[in-house]
Amino acid sequence: MNVLAVEAITLTLGGRRVLDAVSAAFTPGRVTAVLGPNGAGKSTLLSCLAGLHTPDQGRVLVGGLPRAALGMRDLARQIGLLPQGADVHWDVDVATLVALGRYPHRARWGETEADRDAVARAMVATDVTQFATRAMTALSGGERARVLLARVLAGEPQWLLADEPLANLDPAHQLDTLECLRDVARSGAGVIVVLHDLNHAIQVADDVLLLCDSRIVAQGVPEDVLTPQRIAETYGVSSHIGTTPDGLRFIVTSQMAR
Amino acid sequence: MSRSLGLNLALLAGIAVTVLLSLMAGKVWIPLDAWVAGDPRWPIIAELRMPRTVLAVLVGAALGLSGAAMQGYLRNPLADPGLFGVSSGAALGAVISLYFGYAASAWLLPAFALTGAGVTMALLALLVGRSGSIIVFTLAGVILSSVAGSMTALAISLAPTPFATSQIVTWLMGALTDRSWDDVWLALPLLALGGVLLALTSRTLDALTLGESAARSMGVDPLRLQLLIVIGVALCVGASVATAGIIGFVGLIVPHLVRPFVGNRPSAVLLPSALAGALLLLLADSLVRAMPTVSELRLGIAMSMLGGPFFLFLLLRMRRGLA
Repeated sequence: MNVLAVEAITLTLGGRRVLDAVSAAFTPGRVTAVLGPNGAGKSTLLSCLAGLHTPDQGRVLVGGLPRAALGMRDLARQIGLLPQGADVHWDVDVATLVALGRYPHRARWGETEADRDAVARAMVATDVTQFATRAMTALSGGERARVLLARVLAGEPQWLLADEPLANLDPAHQLDTLECLRDVARSGAGVIVVLHDLNHAIQVADDVLLLCDSRIVAQGVPEDVLTPQRIAETYGVSSHIGTTPDGLRFIVTSQMAR
Repeated sequence: MSRSLGLNLALLAGIAVTVLLSLMAGKVWIPLDAWVAGDPRWPIIAELRMPRTVLAVLVGAALGLSGAAMQGYLRNPLADPGLFGVSSGAALGAVISLYFGYAASAWLLPAFALTGAGVTMALLALLVGRSGSIIVFTLAGVILSSVAGSMTALAISLAPTPFATSQIVTWLMGALTDRSWDDVWLALPLLALGGVLLALTSRTLDALTLGESAARSMGVDPLRLQLLIVIGVALCVGASVATAGIIGFVGLIVPHLVRPFVGNRPSAVLLPSALAGALLLLLADSLVRAMPTVSELRLGIAMSMLGGPFFLFLLLRMRRGLA
Protein backbone atom coordinates (compact mmCIF):
# COMPACT_ATOMS: atom_id res chain seq x y z
CA MET A 1 0.00 0.00 0.00
CA ASN A 2 1.11 3.52 -0.73
CA VAL A 3 2.04 4.82 2.67
CA LEU A 4 4.52 7.34 3.91
CA ALA A 5 6.25 6.26 7.08
CA VAL A 6 9.16 7.00 9.36
CA GLU A 7 10.74 4.15 11.27
CA ALA A 8 12.53 5.04 14.48
CA ILE A 9 14.19 8.15 13.03
CA THR A 10 16.67 10.02 15.17
CA LEU A 11 18.25 13.30 14.17
CA THR A 12 20.74 15.52 15.96
CA LEU A 13 21.20 19.09 14.71
CA GLY A 14 23.73 21.46 16.22
CA GLY A 15 24.31 19.15 19.18
CA ARG A 16 20.63 18.97 20.05
CA ARG A 17 18.55 15.85 19.52
CA VAL A 18 15.59 17.19 17.57
CA LEU A 19 13.96 13.85 16.78
CA ASP A 20 14.31 10.84 19.03
CA ALA A 21 13.22 7.42 17.77
CA VAL A 22 10.15 8.79 16.04
CA SER A 23 7.98 6.23 14.24
CA ALA A 24 4.77 7.04 12.43
CA ALA A 25 2.83 5.99 9.36
CA PHE A 26 0.60 8.23 7.29
CA THR A 27 -2.29 7.11 5.14
CA PRO A 28 -3.43 8.61 1.82
CA GLY A 29 -6.81 10.31 1.83
CA ARG A 30 -6.45 11.41 5.43
CA VAL A 31 -5.40 14.63 7.10
CA THR A 32 -2.85 14.17 9.86
CA ALA A 33 -2.24 17.10 12.18
CA VAL A 34 1.22 17.27 13.76
CA LEU A 35 0.92 19.02 17.11
CA GLY A 36 3.24 19.86 19.93
CA PRO A 37 4.84 22.79 21.76
CA ASN A 38 7.47 25.02 20.12
CA GLY A 39 10.70 23.15 19.53
CA ALA A 40 9.07 19.72 19.79
CA GLY A 41 10.44 18.70 16.38
CA LYS A 42 7.32 19.17 14.23
CA SER A 43 8.98 21.10 11.41
CA THR A 44 12.02 18.82 11.50
CA LEU A 45 9.77 15.80 11.08
CA LEU A 46 8.27 17.44 8.00
CA SER A 47 11.77 18.23 6.71
CA CYS A 48 12.78 14.60 7.10
CA LEU A 49 9.67 13.45 5.25
CA ALA A 50 10.35 15.93 2.44
CA GLY A 51 13.98 14.89 2.16
CA LEU A 52 15.51 18.16 3.38
CA HIS A 53 17.13 16.38 6.30
CA THR A 54 18.46 12.86 6.44
CA PRO A 55 17.96 11.14 9.79
CA ASP A 56 21.07 9.90 11.59
CA GLN A 57 19.30 6.66 12.39
CA GLY A 58 16.13 5.01 11.21
CA ARG A 59 14.61 5.41 7.79
CA VAL A 60 11.91 7.16 5.83
CA LEU A 61 9.72 4.94 3.65
CA VAL A 62 7.92 6.37 0.65
CA GLY A 63 5.39 3.96 -0.87
CA GLY A 64 7.15 1.10 0.87
CA LEU A 65 10.58 2.00 -0.51
CA PRO A 66 13.40 3.55 1.51
CA ARG A 67 13.69 7.22 0.59
CA ALA A 68 17.29 6.82 -0.51
CA ALA A 69 16.12 4.44 -3.26
CA LEU A 70 14.18 7.29 -4.88
CA GLY A 71 15.89 10.05 -6.83
CA MET A 72 15.43 13.65 -5.74
CA ARG A 73 13.16 14.30 -8.67
CA ASP A 74 11.03 11.23 -7.97
CA LEU A 75 10.69 12.22 -4.36
CA ALA A 76 9.82 15.79 -5.32
CA ARG A 77 7.04 14.53 -7.59
CA GLN A 78 5.47 12.53 -4.78
CA ILE A 79 5.92 14.91 -1.88
CA GLY A 80 5.00 18.60 -1.96
CA LEU A 81 6.24 20.82 0.85
CA LEU A 82 4.73 24.15 1.82
CA PRO A 83 7.43 25.61 4.10
CA GLN A 84 6.70 27.91 6.98
CA GLY A 85 6.30 31.59 6.12
CA ALA A 86 7.26 30.79 2.52
CA ASP A 87 9.26 33.58 0.91
CA VAL A 88 8.85 34.89 -2.60
CA HIS A 89 12.10 36.53 -3.62
CA TRP A 90 11.14 38.01 -6.96
CA ASP A 91 7.96 39.88 -7.60
CA VAL A 92 6.51 37.61 -10.30
CA ASP A 93 2.87 37.33 -11.27
CA VAL A 94 0.58 34.74 -9.70
CA ALA A 95 0.34 32.41 -12.72
CA THR A 96 4.14 32.32 -13.04
CA LEU A 97 4.53 31.55 -9.36
CA VAL A 98 2.02 28.70 -9.40
CA ALA A 99 3.70 27.27 -12.51
CA LEU A 100 6.96 26.99 -10.54
CA GLY A 101 5.28 24.07 -8.77
CA ARG A 102 5.68 22.06 -11.98
CA TYR A 103 9.45 22.08 -11.60
CA PRO A 104 9.74 18.38 -10.63
CA HIS A 105 7.67 17.35 -13.66
CA ARG A 106 8.80 19.58 -16.45
CA ALA A 107 11.00 18.62 -19.34
CA ARG A 108 14.01 20.88 -19.83
CA TRP A 109 12.33 22.98 -22.48
CA GLY A 110 8.80 24.15 -22.76
CA GLU A 111 5.60 23.41 -20.99
CA THR A 112 3.24 20.53 -21.79
CA GLU A 113 -0.54 20.31 -21.84
CA ALA A 114 -0.36 18.36 -18.56
CA ASP A 115 1.61 21.20 -16.95
CA ARG A 116 -0.94 23.80 -17.99
CA ASP A 117 -3.83 21.63 -16.81
CA ALA A 118 -2.28 20.96 -13.42
CA VAL A 119 -1.58 24.68 -12.89
CA ALA A 120 -5.14 25.60 -13.88
CA ARG A 121 -6.61 22.94 -11.55
CA ALA A 122 -4.45 24.05 -8.64
CA MET A 123 -5.57 27.65 -9.16
CA VAL A 124 -9.22 26.62 -9.23
CA ALA A 125 -8.83 24.47 -6.12
CA THR A 126 -7.40 27.37 -4.14
CA ASP A 127 -9.66 29.94 -5.78
CA VAL A 128 -6.88 32.17 -7.08
CA THR A 129 -7.70 32.04 -10.81
CA GLN A 130 -8.99 35.60 -10.73
CA PHE A 131 -5.57 36.88 -9.60
CA ALA A 132 -3.63 35.07 -12.35
CA THR A 133 -2.06 38.18 -13.84
CA ARG A 134 -1.57 40.09 -10.58
CA ALA A 135 1.86 40.64 -9.07
CA MET A 136 2.59 38.76 -5.84
CA THR A 137 3.28 42.02 -4.00
CA ALA A 138 -0.20 43.25 -4.88
CA LEU A 139 -1.88 40.46 -2.90
CA SER A 140 -3.15 40.45 0.66
CA GLY A 141 -1.71 37.99 3.18
CA GLY A 142 -4.62 35.60 2.74
CA GLU A 143 -4.47 35.68 -1.05
CA ARG A 144 -0.74 35.16 -0.95
CA ALA A 145 -1.07 32.11 1.28
CA ARG A 146 -3.58 30.59 -1.13
CA VAL A 147 -1.28 31.22 -4.09
CA LEU A 148 1.60 29.53 -2.30
CA LEU A 149 -0.62 26.55 -1.56
CA ALA A 150 -1.61 26.49 -5.24
CA ARG A 151 2.09 26.29 -6.11
CA VAL A 152 2.43 23.06 -4.11
CA LEU A 153 -0.80 21.61 -5.52
CA ALA A 154 0.37 22.33 -9.06
CA GLY A 155 3.01 19.66 -8.52
CA GLU A 156 0.16 17.15 -8.00
CA PRO A 157 1.89 15.56 -5.01
CA GLN A 158 0.59 12.35 -3.48
CA TRP A 159 1.60 13.85 -0.14
CA LEU A 160 1.08 17.43 0.88
CA LEU A 161 3.20 18.58 3.81
CA ALA A 162 2.22 22.00 5.14
CA ASP A 163 4.14 23.72 7.92
CA GLU A 164 1.87 26.10 9.81
CA PRO A 165 -0.12 27.18 6.75
CA LEU A 166 -2.54 29.20 8.90
CA ALA A 167 -0.01 31.64 10.37
CA ASN A 168 -0.93 35.28 9.68
CA LEU A 169 -4.37 34.45 8.33
CA ASP A 170 -7.64 35.87 9.61
CA PRO A 171 -10.28 33.37 10.86
CA ALA A 172 -12.16 33.27 7.56
CA HIS A 173 -9.02 32.54 5.56
CA GLN A 174 -7.90 30.00 8.12
CA LEU A 175 -11.15 28.10 7.62
CA ASP A 176 -10.81 28.41 3.83
CA THR A 177 -7.32 26.95 3.97
CA LEU A 178 -8.41 24.10 6.23
CA GLU A 179 -11.26 23.34 3.84
CA CYS A 180 -8.76 23.32 0.98
CA LEU A 181 -6.57 20.81 2.84
CA ARG A 182 -9.63 18.62 3.40
CA ASP A 183 -10.39 18.78 -0.34
CA VAL A 184 -6.86 17.67 -1.12
CA ALA A 185 -7.28 14.67 1.18
CA ARG A 186 -10.69 13.94 -0.34
CA SER A 187 -9.06 13.78 -3.76
CA GLY A 188 -6.92 10.91 -2.48
CA ALA A 189 -3.68 12.56 -1.43
CA GLY A 190 -2.29 12.33 2.08
CA VAL A 191 -2.08 15.62 3.99
CA ILE A 192 0.30 16.20 6.88
CA VAL A 193 -0.04 19.59 8.47
CA VAL A 194 1.74 21.23 11.38
CA LEU A 195 -0.72 23.24 13.44
CA HIS A 196 -0.56 25.24 16.64
CA ASP A 197 -4.23 25.74 17.32
CA LEU A 198 -5.78 22.63 18.87
CA ASN A 199 -9.21 23.69 17.65
CA HIS A 200 -8.02 23.73 14.07
CA ALA A 201 -6.62 20.26 14.63
CA ILE A 202 -9.89 18.79 15.86
CA GLN A 203 -11.71 20.52 13.02
CA VAL A 204 -9.58 19.31 10.17
CA ALA A 205 -7.67 16.22 11.27
CA ASP A 206 -8.53 12.57 10.82
CA ASP A 207 -5.44 11.68 12.82
CA VAL A 208 -3.30 13.56 15.27
CA LEU A 209 0.38 13.10 16.01
CA LEU A 210 1.42 14.72 19.26
CA LEU A 211 5.12 15.50 19.69
CA CYS A 212 6.89 16.70 22.79
CA ASP A 213 10.63 17.00 23.47
CA SER A 214 11.57 15.31 20.19
CA ARG A 215 9.46 12.22 20.87
CA ILE A 216 5.99 11.07 19.93
CA VAL A 217 3.69 11.32 22.92
CA ALA A 218 0.56 9.96 21.30
CA GLN A 219 -1.01 9.30 17.93
CA GLY A 220 -4.52 8.42 16.84
CA VAL A 221 -7.87 10.07 16.25
CA PRO A 222 -8.17 13.56 17.79
CA GLU A 223 -10.75 12.54 20.41
CA ASP A 224 -8.39 9.95 21.85
CA VAL A 225 -5.17 11.93 21.67
CA LEU A 226 -6.30 15.33 22.85
CA THR A 227 -7.38 14.68 26.41
CA PRO A 228 -7.06 17.34 29.13
CA GLN A 229 -4.43 15.24 30.87
CA ARG A 230 -2.23 14.94 27.76
CA ILE A 231 -2.63 18.59 26.91
CA ALA A 232 -1.52 19.42 30.43
CA GLU A 233 1.49 17.11 30.14
CA THR A 234 2.71 18.36 26.77
CA TYR A 235 1.74 22.05 26.71
CA GLY A 236 1.64 22.72 30.43
CA VAL A 237 -1.82 24.32 30.27
CA SER A 238 -5.12 23.20 31.66
CA SER A 239 -7.93 22.73 29.20
CA HIS A 240 -11.62 22.38 28.96
CA ILE A 241 -13.12 20.34 26.12
CA GLY A 242 -16.69 21.04 25.14
CA THR A 243 -19.21 20.77 22.32
CA THR A 244 -21.21 23.58 20.75
CA PRO A 245 -25.00 23.16 20.41
CA ASP A 246 -24.52 22.15 16.77
CA GLY A 247 -21.96 19.51 17.61
CA LEU A 248 -18.60 21.25 16.99
CA ARG A 249 -15.96 20.25 19.49
CA PHE A 250 -13.74 22.94 20.97
CA ILE A 251 -10.88 23.23 23.43
CA VAL A 252 -10.38 26.21 25.70
CA THR A 253 -7.02 26.44 27.39
CA SER A 254 -6.03 28.40 30.46
CA GLN A 255 -3.00 28.72 32.68
CA MET A 256 -2.47 25.93 35.16
CA ALA A 257 -3.38 26.68 38.74
CA ARG A 258 -0.20 27.00 40.77
CA MET B 1 6.96 34.40 -23.65
CA SER B 2 6.22 36.68 -26.59
CA ARG B 3 7.33 39.67 -24.55
CA SER B 4 10.79 38.14 -24.13
CA LEU B 5 10.93 37.14 -27.78
CA GLY B 6 10.09 40.67 -28.90
CA LEU B 7 12.76 42.18 -26.68
CA ASN B 8 15.36 39.63 -27.76
CA LEU B 9 14.70 40.32 -31.45
CA ALA B 10 14.85 44.07 -30.86
CA LEU B 11 18.15 43.71 -29.00
CA LEU B 12 19.59 41.49 -31.75
CA ALA B 13 18.61 44.05 -34.35
CA GLY B 14 20.16 46.76 -32.20
CA ILE B 15 23.40 44.80 -31.94
CA ALA B 16 23.50 44.20 -35.70
CA VAL B 17 23.05 47.89 -36.50
CA THR B 18 25.56 48.98 -33.85
CA VAL B 19 28.12 46.46 -35.11
CA LEU B 20 27.84 47.92 -38.62
CA LEU B 21 28.09 51.50 -37.37
CA SER B 22 30.95 50.75 -35.01
CA LEU B 23 32.91 49.15 -37.84
CA MET B 24 32.40 52.23 -39.99
CA ALA B 25 33.05 54.81 -37.30
CA GLY B 26 36.38 55.75 -35.76
CA LYS B 27 39.22 58.16 -36.47
CA VAL B 28 38.68 57.29 -40.15
CA TRP B 29 35.14 56.91 -41.45
CA ILE B 30 34.95 53.84 -43.68
CA PRO B 31 31.72 53.63 -45.69
CA LEU B 32 30.17 50.33 -46.70
CA ASP B 33 31.48 50.50 -50.29
CA ALA B 34 35.05 50.18 -48.97
CA TRP B 35 34.26 46.83 -47.33
CA VAL B 36 35.94 44.72 -50.00
CA ALA B 37 39.07 42.67 -49.66
CA GLY B 38 41.10 44.72 -52.16
CA ASP B 39 40.39 48.14 -50.64
CA PRO B 40 43.31 49.74 -48.77
CA ARG B 41 40.99 50.56 -45.84
CA TRP B 42 39.77 46.99 -45.49
CA PRO B 43 42.59 45.88 -43.14
CA ILE B 44 41.52 48.62 -40.71
CA ILE B 45 38.17 46.90 -40.46
CA ALA B 46 39.29 43.29 -40.67
CA GLU B 47 42.31 43.48 -38.38
CA LEU B 48 41.71 46.46 -36.08
CA ARG B 49 38.04 47.19 -35.67
CA MET B 50 36.49 43.77 -36.19
CA PRO B 51 38.23 41.93 -33.33
CA ARG B 52 37.54 44.82 -30.99
CA THR B 53 33.88 44.91 -31.93
CA VAL B 54 33.55 41.14 -31.59
CA LEU B 55 35.22 41.29 -28.18
CA ALA B 56 32.93 44.08 -27.02
CA VAL B 57 29.92 41.94 -27.95
CA LEU B 58 31.34 38.79 -26.32
CA VAL B 59 32.51 40.44 -23.11
CA GLY B 60 29.34 42.51 -22.77
CA ALA B 61 27.18 39.41 -23.25
CA ALA B 62 29.22 37.40 -20.76
CA LEU B 63 29.06 40.13 -18.11
CA GLY B 64 25.35 40.74 -18.64
CA LEU B 65 24.58 37.02 -18.41
CA SER B 66 26.79 36.57 -15.34
CA GLY B 67 25.09 39.49 -13.63
CA ALA B 68 21.62 38.13 -14.31
CA ALA B 69 22.62 34.65 -13.10
CA MET B 70 24.28 36.02 -9.93
CA GLN B 71 21.26 38.17 -9.11
CA GLY B 72 18.98 35.19 -9.62
CA TYR B 73 21.18 32.89 -7.58
CA LEU B 74 21.67 35.29 -4.66
CA ARG B 75 18.08 36.50 -5.02
CA ASN B 76 19.43 39.99 -4.69
CA PRO B 77 18.99 42.65 -7.36
CA LEU B 78 22.18 44.41 -6.22
CA ALA B 79 24.45 41.41 -6.79
CA ASP B 80 27.24 41.85 -9.28
CA PRO B 81 29.44 39.22 -10.94
CA GLY B 82 32.43 40.92 -9.34
CA LEU B 83 30.99 40.10 -5.95
CA PHE B 84 32.62 36.77 -5.41
CA GLY B 85 36.15 37.81 -6.08
CA VAL B 86 36.82 36.20 -9.44
CA SER B 87 37.28 39.50 -11.23
CA SER B 88 39.60 40.81 -8.49
CA GLY B 89 41.50 37.53 -8.62
CA ALA B 90 41.84 37.71 -12.38
CA ALA B 91 42.95 41.33 -12.10
CA LEU B 92 45.55 40.38 -9.49
CA GLY B 93 46.91 37.71 -11.84
CA ALA B 94 47.21 40.24 -14.64
CA VAL B 95 48.81 42.81 -12.32
CA ILE B 96 51.43 40.27 -11.25
CA SER B 97 52.40 39.69 -14.86
CA LEU B 98 52.67 43.47 -15.39
CA TYR B 99 54.63 43.87 -12.14
CA PHE B 100 57.29 41.50 -13.36
CA GLY B 101 57.16 43.02 -16.81
CA TYR B 102 55.97 39.87 -18.47
CA ALA B 103 53.40 41.66 -20.59
CA ALA B 104 55.72 41.49 -23.59
CA SER B 105 54.05 38.35 -24.89
CA ALA B 106 50.43 38.68 -25.98
CA TRP B 107 49.47 35.45 -24.22
CA LEU B 108 51.12 35.90 -20.86
CA LEU B 109 48.87 38.54 -19.35
CA PRO B 110 45.63 36.70 -20.19
CA ALA B 111 47.20 33.45 -19.00
CA PHE B 112 48.10 35.03 -15.65
CA ALA B 113 44.63 36.58 -15.38
CA LEU B 114 42.95 33.26 -16.05
CA THR B 115 45.20 31.59 -13.50
CA GLY B 116 44.20 34.27 -10.99
CA ALA B 117 40.52 33.64 -11.74
CA GLY B 118 41.02 29.88 -11.40
CA VAL B 119 42.87 30.16 -8.10
CA THR B 120 40.18 32.47 -6.68
CA MET B 121 37.49 30.07 -7.79
CA ALA B 122 39.27 27.13 -6.17
CA LEU B 123 39.68 29.10 -2.93
CA LEU B 124 36.03 30.07 -3.04
CA ALA B 125 35.00 26.43 -3.43
CA LEU B 126 37.31 25.52 -0.57
CA LEU B 127 35.91 28.21 1.73
CA VAL B 128 32.28 27.45 0.97
CA GLY B 129 32.80 23.72 1.23
CA ARG B 130 29.75 21.54 0.99
CA SER B 131 27.49 23.89 2.91
CA GLY B 132 25.72 25.19 -0.21
CA SER B 133 24.83 28.23 1.88
CA ILE B 134 24.36 31.55 0.14
CA ILE B 135 25.47 33.62 3.11
CA VAL B 136 28.76 31.73 3.42
CA PHE B 137 29.15 32.03 -0.34
CA THR B 138 28.67 35.79 -0.33
CA LEU B 139 30.96 36.34 2.65
CA ALA B 140 33.68 34.15 1.13
CA GLY B 141 33.42 36.17 -2.08
CA VAL B 142 33.73 39.47 -0.24
CA ILE B 143 36.78 38.20 1.68
CA LEU B 144 38.51 36.94 -1.46
CA SER B 145 37.82 40.08 -3.42
CA SER B 146 39.14 42.33 -0.65
CA VAL B 147 42.26 40.20 -0.22
CA ALA B 148 42.90 40.24 -3.98
CA GLY B 149 42.24 44.00 -3.98
CA SER B 150 44.78 44.63 -1.23
CA MET B 151 47.40 42.50 -3.00
CA THR B 152 46.80 44.51 -6.15
CA ALA B 153 47.28 47.76 -4.22
CA LEU B 154 50.47 46.31 -2.76
CA ALA B 155 51.77 45.45 -6.23
CA ILE B 156 51.07 49.01 -7.39
CA SER B 157 52.85 50.62 -4.44
CA LEU B 158 55.86 48.30 -4.74
CA ALA B 159 56.08 48.39 -8.54
CA PRO B 160 59.74 48.37 -9.63
CA THR B 161 59.46 51.26 -12.08
CA PRO B 162 57.08 54.19 -12.52
CA PHE B 163 56.39 52.74 -15.93
CA ALA B 164 55.15 49.49 -14.41
CA THR B 165 52.98 51.48 -11.98
CA SER B 166 51.33 53.44 -14.74
CA GLN B 167 50.93 50.31 -16.84
CA ILE B 168 49.18 48.53 -13.99
CA VAL B 169 46.92 51.45 -13.15
CA THR B 170 45.96 51.95 -16.78
CA TRP B 171 45.30 48.26 -17.30
CA LEU B 172 43.10 48.05 -14.22
CA MET B 173 40.74 50.59 -15.70
CA GLY B 174 39.73 48.16 -18.39
CA ALA B 175 39.63 48.76 -22.12
CA LEU B 176 39.32 47.05 -25.46
CA THR B 177 42.00 49.15 -27.16
CA ASP B 178 44.36 47.34 -29.54
CA ARG B 179 42.81 43.92 -29.21
CA SER B 180 43.53 41.38 -31.91
CA TRP B 181 41.94 38.19 -33.16
CA ASP B 182 44.25 36.31 -30.77
CA ASP B 183 42.30 37.77 -27.86
CA VAL B 184 39.04 36.76 -29.47
CA TRP B 185 40.19 33.15 -29.94
CA LEU B 186 41.43 33.05 -26.37
CA ALA B 187 38.21 34.35 -24.87
CA LEU B 188 35.60 32.79 -27.13
CA PRO B 189 35.76 29.13 -26.01
CA LEU B 190 35.88 30.07 -22.31
CA LEU B 191 33.01 32.52 -22.60
CA ALA B 192 30.95 30.05 -24.62
CA LEU B 193 31.46 27.28 -22.08
CA GLY B 194 30.64 29.64 -19.20
CA GLY B 195 27.55 30.83 -21.01
CA VAL B 196 26.32 27.27 -21.55
CA LEU B 197 26.83 26.41 -17.87
CA LEU B 198 24.88 29.49 -16.79
CA ALA B 199 22.10 28.76 -19.28
CA LEU B 200 21.72 25.32 -17.65
CA THR B 201 20.79 26.97 -14.36
CA SER B 202 17.81 28.91 -15.69
CA ARG B 203 14.89 26.80 -14.44
CA THR B 204 16.60 26.05 -11.16
CA LEU B 205 17.02 29.79 -10.58
CA ASP B 206 13.27 30.15 -11.08
CA ALA B 207 12.61 27.47 -8.46
CA LEU B 208 14.87 29.35 -6.07
CA THR B 209 12.38 32.22 -6.15
CA LEU B 210 10.44 30.26 -3.52
CA GLY B 211 13.38 30.11 -1.13
CA GLU B 212 15.88 27.38 -0.43
CA SER B 213 13.63 24.91 1.44
CA ALA B 214 10.87 24.97 -1.14
CA ALA B 215 13.38 24.70 -3.97
CA ARG B 216 15.07 21.72 -2.39
CA SER B 217 11.74 20.05 -1.75
CA MET B 218 11.06 20.40 -5.48
CA GLY B 219 14.23 18.49 -6.27
CA VAL B 220 16.78 21.31 -6.65
CA ASP B 221 20.31 20.17 -5.79
CA PRO B 222 21.90 23.25 -4.16
CA LEU B 223 25.45 21.99 -4.58
CA ARG B 224 25.04 21.29 -8.28
CA LEU B 225 23.52 24.73 -8.75
CA GLN B 226 26.33 26.40 -6.84
CA LEU B 227 28.92 24.55 -8.89
CA LEU B 228 27.29 25.58 -12.18
CA ILE B 229 27.05 29.20 -11.06
CA VAL B 230 30.59 29.41 -9.69
CA ILE B 231 32.26 27.79 -12.68
CA GLY B 232 30.01 29.53 -15.20
CA VAL B 233 30.53 33.00 -13.74
CA ALA B 234 34.25 32.35 -13.19
CA LEU B 235 34.73 31.40 -16.84
CA CYS B 236 32.73 34.36 -18.11
CA VAL B 237 34.22 36.94 -15.77
CA GLY B 238 37.73 35.46 -15.78
CA ALA B 239 37.93 35.44 -19.57
CA SER B 240 36.41 38.93 -19.73
CA VAL B 241 38.95 40.39 -17.31
CA ALA B 242 41.76 38.54 -19.08
CA THR B 243 40.94 40.21 -22.38
CA ALA B 244 39.43 43.54 -21.36
CA GLY B 245 40.44 44.30 -17.77
CA ILE B 246 37.91 45.15 -15.11
CA ILE B 247 34.75 46.59 -16.58
CA GLY B 248 32.27 47.09 -13.78
CA PHE B 249 28.57 47.77 -13.66
CA VAL B 250 27.54 45.96 -16.86
CA GLY B 251 26.47 42.89 -14.91
CA LEU B 252 24.74 45.01 -12.31
CA ILE B 253 22.89 47.43 -14.57
CA VAL B 254 21.77 45.28 -17.45
CA PRO B 255 19.37 42.92 -15.64
CA HIS B 256 17.60 45.98 -14.22
CA LEU B 257 17.21 47.42 -17.69
CA VAL B 258 15.53 44.30 -19.07
CA ARG B 259 13.25 43.39 -16.12
CA PRO B 260 10.62 46.03 -16.89
CA PHE B 261 10.20 44.37 -20.31
CA VAL B 262 10.31 40.66 -19.47
CA GLY B 263 9.24 40.50 -15.82
CA ASN B 264 11.19 39.39 -12.78
CA ARG B 265 11.37 35.64 -13.41
CA PRO B 266 15.13 34.90 -13.25
CA SER B 267 15.21 32.62 -16.31
CA ALA B 268 13.38 35.17 -18.43
CA VAL B 269 16.07 37.74 -17.60
CA LEU B 270 19.10 35.65 -18.66
CA LEU B 271 19.09 35.84 -22.47
CA PRO B 272 17.91 39.46 -22.75
CA SER B 273 20.60 40.41 -20.20
CA ALA B 274 23.29 38.81 -22.36
CA LEU B 275 22.04 40.64 -25.44
CA ALA B 276 21.58 43.96 -23.66
CA GLY B 277 25.05 43.60 -22.09
CA ALA B 278 26.53 43.10 -25.55
CA LEU B 279 24.69 46.12 -26.88
CA LEU B 280 25.59 48.33 -23.91
CA LEU B 281 29.30 47.52 -23.99
CA LEU B 282 29.44 47.84 -27.78
CA LEU B 283 27.78 51.25 -27.63
CA ALA B 284 30.05 52.43 -24.83
CA ASP B 285 33.18 51.16 -26.57
CA SER B 286 32.17 52.69 -29.89
CA LEU B 287 31.61 56.01 -28.12
CA VAL B 288 34.97 56.10 -26.36
CA ARG B 289 36.63 55.10 -29.63
CA ALA B 290 34.88 57.72 -31.74
CA MET B 291 35.15 60.57 -29.23
CA PRO B 292 37.66 63.19 -30.33
CA THR B 293 39.79 63.05 -27.17
CA VAL B 294 43.59 63.15 -27.31
CA SER B 295 44.06 59.83 -25.58
CA GLU B 296 41.15 57.43 -25.62
CA LEU B 297 38.84 57.42 -22.60
CA ARG B 298 39.18 54.04 -20.88
CA LEU B 299 36.09 51.87 -21.29
CA GLY B 300 36.15 50.85 -17.63
CA ILE B 301 35.99 54.52 -16.60
CA ALA B 302 33.18 55.22 -19.02
CA MET B 303 31.15 52.35 -17.56
CA SER B 304 31.80 53.49 -13.98
CA MET B 305 30.65 56.97 -14.93
CA LEU B 306 27.41 55.43 -16.13
CA GLY B 307 27.22 53.10 -13.14
CA GLY B 308 27.31 55.71 -10.36
CA PRO B 309 24.28 57.68 -11.52
CA PHE B 310 22.49 54.42 -12.24
CA PHE B 311 23.00 53.28 -8.68
CA LEU B 312 21.64 56.61 -7.52
CA PHE B 313 18.59 56.14 -9.73
CA LEU B 314 18.02 52.65 -8.25
CA LEU B 315 18.30 54.06 -4.76
CA LEU B 316 15.82 56.83 -5.44
CA ARG B 317 13.35 54.44 -7.01
CA MET B 318 13.72 52.05 -4.08
CA ARG B 319 13.16 54.90 -1.64
CA ARG B 320 10.03 55.94 -3.50
CA GLY B 321 8.84 52.34 -3.29
CA LEU B 322 9.36 52.33 0.48
CA ALA B 323 7.67 55.67 1.08
